[in-house]
Amino acid sequence: MANITTSLLDGPRGPKPKKAFSRANIILYGTLIMVSMYYLLPLYVMIMTSLKGMPEIRMGNVFGPPMEITFQPWIKAWSEACTGINCDGLSRGFGNSVRILIPSVLLSITIASINGYALSNWKFKGSEVFFSILIIGAFIPYQTMLYPIVILLRELGLMGSIGGLVLVHTIFGMPILTLLFRNYFASIPQELFKAARVDGAGFWQIYFQIMIPMALPIFVVAIILQVTGIWNDFLFGVIYTKPETYPMTVQLNNIVNSVQGIKEYNVNMAATLLTGLVPLIIYFASGKLFVRGIAAGAVKG
Amino acid sequence: MTVITDTLIKPVTRPRRLFKNLMAKLASIPMILTALVVFVGGTAWTVVYSFTGSRMLPKTKWVGLDQYERLWDSDRWIISITNLGVYGVCSLVLTLVIGFSLAACLDRKIRFESAFRSIFLYPFALSFVVTGLAWQWILNPDFGLQSVVRGWGWESFAFNPLNDANTVIYGLLIAGLWQGTGLIMCIMLAGLRGIDEDIWKATRVDGIGTIKTYLVVIIPMMRPVFITALVLIAAGIIKLYDLVVAQTGGGPGLASEVPAKYVIEYMFRAQNLGQGFAASTMMLCSVVIVLIPWAYLEFGGRKRG
Repeated sequence: MANITTSLLDGPRGPKPKKAFSRANIILYGTLIMVSMYYLLPLYVMIMTSLKGMPEIRMGNVFGPPMEITFQPWIKAWSEACTGINCDGLSRGFGNSVRILIPSVLLSITIASINGYALSNWKFKGSEVFFSILIIGAFIPYQTMLYPIVILLRELGLMGSIGGLVLVHTIFGMPILTLLFRNYFASIPQELFKAARVDGAGFWQIYFQIMIPMALPIFVVAIILQVTGIWNDFLFGVIYTKPETYPMTVQLNNIVNSVQGIKEYNVNMAATLLTGLVPLIIYFASGKLFVRGIAAGAVKG
Repeated sequence: MTVITDTLIKPVTRPRRLFKNLMAKLASIPMILTALVVFVGGTAWTVVYSFTGSRMLPKTKWVGLDQYERLWDSDRWIISITNLGVYGVCSLVLTLVIGFSLAACLDRKIRFESAFRSIFLYPFALSFVVTGLAWQWILNPDFGLQSVVRGWGWESFAFNPLNDANTVIYGLLIAGLWQGTGLIMCIMLAGLRGIDEDIWKATRVDGIGTIKTYLVVIIPMMRPVFITALVLIAAGIIKLYDLVVAQTGGGPGLASEVPAKYVIEYMFRAQNLGQGFAASTMMLCSVVIVLIPWAYLEFGGRKRG
């Protein structure tokens, strides 16, 4: 009797009775594990293929682990794979991507953080209009702006150079990053800004001495966002650079989808993995911050 | 006394504030240039030049709607538009359904939640080129999934979407969903976490089942999250280009062409700029058609709130 009353009192509020193998749980975990396999399959197959020799691949079963592990495909993808007449492998594309990445990230984040700061603390007539144009611009298909930018870069003498591509990345990274910084700076208490103003600090002084130190987390988020975004870019790379300055993604596509020669699937997969390695490392190293970055990118303010 | 002087001084400080704002204006020059020159100017330039007969170089030989007539007469464009439509509808519906279902599963207070989340999201860190090449390999008929299943003894098994003109778009879809659903799952999960625990208690008291609660109570509550997700997916679909180039190259034949690829082919390979401009203007129109109702919803919602 007492037993019944206590259970009645506990009712639905008590801790859920944990049945590890309830039917609902089996369905739930079963579904999740099945779906996980779909998500993990490509990564697994790529790794396995890249560690096999070509004879073993021809024998079949891409899902099986390699009978004999070889790192030859990786070495070949890195330093010997051919695109057109150049046979120095992906290392060239990697170098180009790094040389594109670093100035692009620095420039775009510097400009966007200043924009966000000006937009949230130093509003001037028309500032909101420009910001709105910027945000709407993020939705315009890139295709409508591709050719005018070609003309612009030609006039500036930057067409085909890494500098030109850096400029393009800065332009197209601006909407989302400005939004990110504007929202962040707007959340910093205005009193702080006012106090600094009363103390006589000017535009740059407040920016460097108060805003930047307070905005370090958002800088990290912006860096993650930009590094993965720019590293993964294909469209701008293929249009605004020439073969000598192709970023890694473009070179990868040219290596794998080239019609000449025998297809070496193991080298192709090693090259693909090499290209995906940088964003993957950033993803697994940054964890929650990556999620925060894309969530910040997703939520419009 | 000090108060009075303060208020007296205020109008005097105004010019100084204007001067200070000058700094903000100077600092915003890159933003203003980007907004006006690239976004507004560039778009307007393309629209204007879509009415010219530009071929290798842009020139102002006006041809009226000629380019558009040629565009809509072109089989390749019709295929591109159809493909984008099929891909778009499937991708939109499936991404929302899968994204929400996964988020709901992860929200059931399960173990290893963060491990599952990492697995679902990691493809989003990879580029479309990597995604396309990985799936091209898995869907390879001679070595990939098809040959493996045949090797298990099911000799008549056929799964070769990339080499069949009728199914190639679904091959792209498999890869596209793999890459993009994680993001939507994350957004949905954030939305689900924002829902008050009391709602769940209330529905439990009322004896409403879990699935019914999701459908009847939770999803209507998450309308803003769904709209954000919708806009994100739609913006991504229009840009579909890298994945096609890497996975199928537009083939077999023209079976997996998309508008973004059409534009770039005509602008930079076929040296028929006018066609490229006309096609990109059509892309712009489709975005405007999607954006206006969304802006209306957002704007209308804010007015009410």
